[in-house]
Amino acid sequence: MTRVGVVGIGHTVFGRRSDATVQELAFEAYREALADGDVDPSVIDASVIGSVPEYHKQRSLAGVIQEYLDLNPRPTWLTEVACASGSAAIRTAWLSIRAGVHDVVAVIGCQKMTELTTAEILALMGRVGDVQWESVFGTTFPGYYAMFAQRHKHEFGTTNDQLSLVAVKNHYYGARNDKALFRKEITVEKAQASDPVASPLNVYDCCANADGAVCLILAAEDRARDLSDRPVWLDGLGCATASMSVLRRPDLTGLPSAADAAQQAYDMAGVAAADIDVAGVHDCFTIAEIMAYEDLGFCAKGEGGAFIQDKASYIGGSSPVNVDGGLKAKGHPIGATGVSQAYEIVRQLRGDCGERQVPDADVGLTHNVGGIGQYCFVNLFRRD
Amino acid sequence: MFDWFGKVSYCPHTKVAGFARHLKDGRIMGSRCEACGEVAFPPRADCPACRHDAFAFVEMSGAGTVVTYTRIDAAPAGFEDVTPFTVGVIDLEETGRLLAWFGETIDEGDIRIGMPVQVVPRIFEDTEQIKVHYTLEQPGTGWVKTDSS
Ligand SMILES: [Zn+2]
Repeated sequence: MTRVGVVGIGHTVFGRRSDATVQELAFEAYREALADGDVDPSVIDASVIGSVPEYHKQRSLAGVIQEYLDLNPRPTWLTEVACASGSAAIRTAWLSIRAGVHDVVAVIGCQKMTELTTAEILALMGRVGDVQWESVFGTTFPGYYAMFAQRHKHEFGTTNDQLSLVAVKNHYYGARNDKALFRKEITVEKAQASDPVASPLNVYDCCANADGAVCLILAAEDRARDLSDRPVWLDGLGCATASMSVLRRPDLTGLPSAADAAQQAYDMAGVAAADIDVAGVHDCFTIAEIMAYEDLGFCAKGEGGAFIQDKASYIGGSSPVNVDGGLKAKGHPIGATGVSQAYEIVRQLRGDCGERQVPDADVGLTHNVGGIGQYCFVNLFRRD
Repeated sequence: MFDWFGKVSYCPHTKVAGFARHLKDGRIMGSRCEACGEVAFPPRADCPACRHDAFAFVEMSGAGTVVTYTRIDAAPAGFEDVTPFTVGVIDLEETGRLLAWFGETIDEGDIRIGMPVQVVPRIFEDTEQIKVHYTLEQPGTGWVKTDSS
């Protein structure tokens, strides 16, 4: 069966974009991806849009984007699995190419989160968990990850300093990424002085909402070699789920969906955790990155805190993670995030990352989580 | 009737709506599958083990141990007047898990993973409609049971 290659990439700056609609953001990323790959729009067979509809006033987003990209009457569809919607778009594009239905597909992850008022955001925040048994007690996104953190601290001795060190690392790299929302380094002291959100997490343990769009153009192997002199191959995909309700998770120190998805992706690509040269993981909260180290096999269960303390996830360490700043410093336009992770990995494997370049990166991984691990997508990329 | 359950309700319709009436009566109910006997908490109408659709409510003791907890300072809409509050997840003695606020008998600073707690049914005062919930309290905390059915 054909391999699937990435032949063009584009990425808006993440941040508050009060000047643009969501389709205008999508166009920015699309235009950059076409130019990056020197791809003519006529070769694109379809588009897949990854986004979370409830943040937009515009309903049925795929249609309005397809029109604005001037891709009618070619097919388009939307994928939605919360914060993993972008990786779901990549996966369905890959499937459509492997099925032989399409040869070249534009994947666009996009989100406009700042259209909503604070009141609307606070109302949405109350419905992130199981609304029947959990949201009635005011649970929130940070609240769930805080409960994972509390349990991780209890079982493994993980410390608040170790949580903050994840934010320090991601701000360090975000300060060197011109697409990032936050471009300033921080210290552990500054992180821990920020306002409490849900104990033990405070403001600097949490990523920020943002607007943004990212585009990848995927192509079947023969077309990819025509269209690009340096395609990056999407060689391993994993996808798994876990219960919506935290009440049905036996283990509250990791995401079972992430471990399952990683194993699938490793098996498909024929690699192991130790072969990953660079990774983008879903650090919606600092504890999420520590759990990801463990779920992906970069370190043993329970050793995630020591892993960041030892700087093993910095460039030069055993597994560089989120050297683009991660969700924490880049910002998290939820539908765009999975595609943004892939964008960074493609640039790393091309060797285009300048002072943030991981030397000799051959194999890269993305880990994109929806909700509190209800969905997880792991994708493996490889260069020729 | 299920909109009786919780400070803010998002879920008025469910096959286990009777849970809210039992809670108002001071009873915390799980479900038991009438075909295979599988007991679940939270209760569910459709058996996850054998997929049978007939169930009976079965009373839980409400005794449990704390699995994890967090104090929420940044709360969603509808909870402004009770913020900050501390929620815990507990393993129930019989089976299943439950999430609730810690109540007045436990000081925030005394909360520990692994500590025993008692789930106590509560009725919200000062509301015109019936609103019920439950809190996590010291073992031995008592409450009144009634029977409206
Ligand atoms: Zn059954």
